[in-house]
Amino acid sequence: MSRLMTRRNAALLLFSGFALLPFVATMLGDSYLVVIATRILGFAIAALALDLILGYGGMVSFGHAAYVGIGAYSVAILSRAGITDLGAHLLAGIAGAVLFALVTGAISLRTRGIYFIMITLAFAQMAFFFFVSLSAYGGDDGVTLRARSTLLGRPLLEDDRTLYYVTLAILVALYLLAVAITRSRFGRVLTGARENPVRMQAIGFSPFRYQLTAFVISGAMASVAGVMLANQTGFVSPAFMNWHVSGELVVMVVLGGIGNLLGAVAGATIALLLEEWLGLLTEHWRLLFGLILVVIVLASRDGVSGLFRRRDRP
Amino acid sequence: MNILEVRGLRKAYGALKVTDDLDLTVREGTLHAIIGPNGAGKSTLIAQLSGQAGSDAGSVRFAGAEMMGQPMHRRVRAGMSRSFQITSILPGFTALENVAVAVQARAGHSFSFFAPVAGEAALNEAAMEALARVGIQDRAHVRAASLSHGEKRQLELAIALATRPRLLLLDEPLAGTSGQEAERLIGVMRALKGSLTLVLIEHDMDAVFALADRISVLVYGRIIATGSPAEIRGDPQVRAAYLGEETAGEEP
Repeated sequence: MSRLMTRRNAALLLFSGFALLPFVATMLGDSYLVVIATRILGFAIAALALDLILGYGGMVSFGHAAYVGIGAYSVAILSRAGITDLGAHLLAGIAGAVLFALVTGAISLRTRGIYFIMITLAFAQMAFFFFVSLSAYGGDDGVTLRARSTLLGRPLLEDDRTLYYVTLAILVALYLLAVAITRSRFGRVLTGARENPVRMQAIGFSPFRYQLTAFVISGAMASVAGVMLANQTGFVSPAFMNWHVSGELVVMVVLGGIGNLLGAVAGATIALLLEEWLGLLTEHWRLLFGLILVVIVLASRDGVSGLFRRRDRP
Repeated sequence: MNILEVRGLRKAYGALKVTDDLDLTVREGTLHAIIGPNGAGKSTLIAQLSGQAGSDAGSVRFAGAEMMGQPMHRRVRAGMSRSFQITSILPGFTALENVAVAVQARAGHSFSFFAPVAGEAALNEAAMEALARVGIQDRAHVRAASLSHGEKRQLELAIALATRPRLLLLDEPLAGTSGQEAERLIGVMRALKGSLTLVLIEHDMDAVFALADRISVLVYGRIIATGSPAEIRGDPQVRAAYLGEETAGEEP
């Protein structure tokens, strides 16, 4: 399939745009722009994580908010215990996510299709209600962070711009990692298992092991998003794990185009920008948002990414 | 030496016994055809032997090792591969990738996350070789979904060959192929004879009698006769149960 723009060029363009954004914000004198953009980057990480299993593994997880929440709570819990380092927060989030993904993935992957969707949702809801009942951390109301994570023992992330660039660097690194994974031996087996699991068994693969591994990698990546988003909002509550968030992540992936990774980043960007702008126009912005989603999906099955692709199919 | 020994194999769907106390012995290096009327249980037998379908009872010994209870992917790794009657390929992959992933299954492990697999020359070369063997090497970079039906049948065989089986179970490899494509596939099977063991299910009797070293006749889930093509042709029981029926009502 020929494209008007290769994914590599599109990625360069998109990430350069993000890199330049703080300067544009300074020129416009709009410091809020950097705050919104940090939120976008955080969600882009989570959407990227979801696209890895949804787009390449055919696993529609409707519970990815749980991993974002696990990342966010690692910041809250470790900070209260006096551990403020960003690296420690990321590691704790990843460890928690790996554990949760291993257990829930091993069970969810016994099912397919709609049942997989429902089971991942059910597990995420269990995590949600676990944190709702966790009164030590504010239960339903959540907990306000006293400070952002520290970097090299210093409060560098208190500067909005530094937080933004650190989040961007993490997004780019995870994007490159995800691209490498999809092109590797592992990625080929994962994609093959999506295309035709029986065929993969008939050449000697057990799809389950590969799918579970991908599920765990994806969960770990999504927890990184949670750590960064918690730092951005300065507040952690079960709302991070709300099933709405899981749904929004699926919307972002579909909006951007399933299964090309960069689409997830673009989808997160567009979804959150629309949310901001339409929110200014009317409080019924979700109605307009829905309409736009319908139009994009109807216009191109590959979401926004498909619009950059030459139509060579009849 | 017998590479495959099946004893007392059973499978029932409710009251219907699809495989009924079946015994089968396949000698190493032979092409062993299994023929029988529609509904005799041929495809079910292949599914049971390959591990795709479970069995109610019995024993399947492959190269001396018991395979009962082993899932399909383990049996493949042990050297027992199959092709499908209804083409089963990875439609979004190119023909080359379809075969390369099968090569990958037996060449090292696949928990490698960073190196691009498309650049692994060893995989691509072995895959290209398998494609050349079935005669579709010039279609290597075409998406499998875009191949013609006959080419898909050839690809199906190339994928199975790429797993380097000692025993290859072929479930109607000629189904739906044109005369020329069938010729090609028959040529491939003839070339394979001797280098590995083939169990062939096929409706094309000309092909079966031209290729097979031994033939077993399967009727209602039981093997009613096994022998050389000449013996089977002359067996009155077989003629009554199957070949006669065939001449009375020719199958499509």
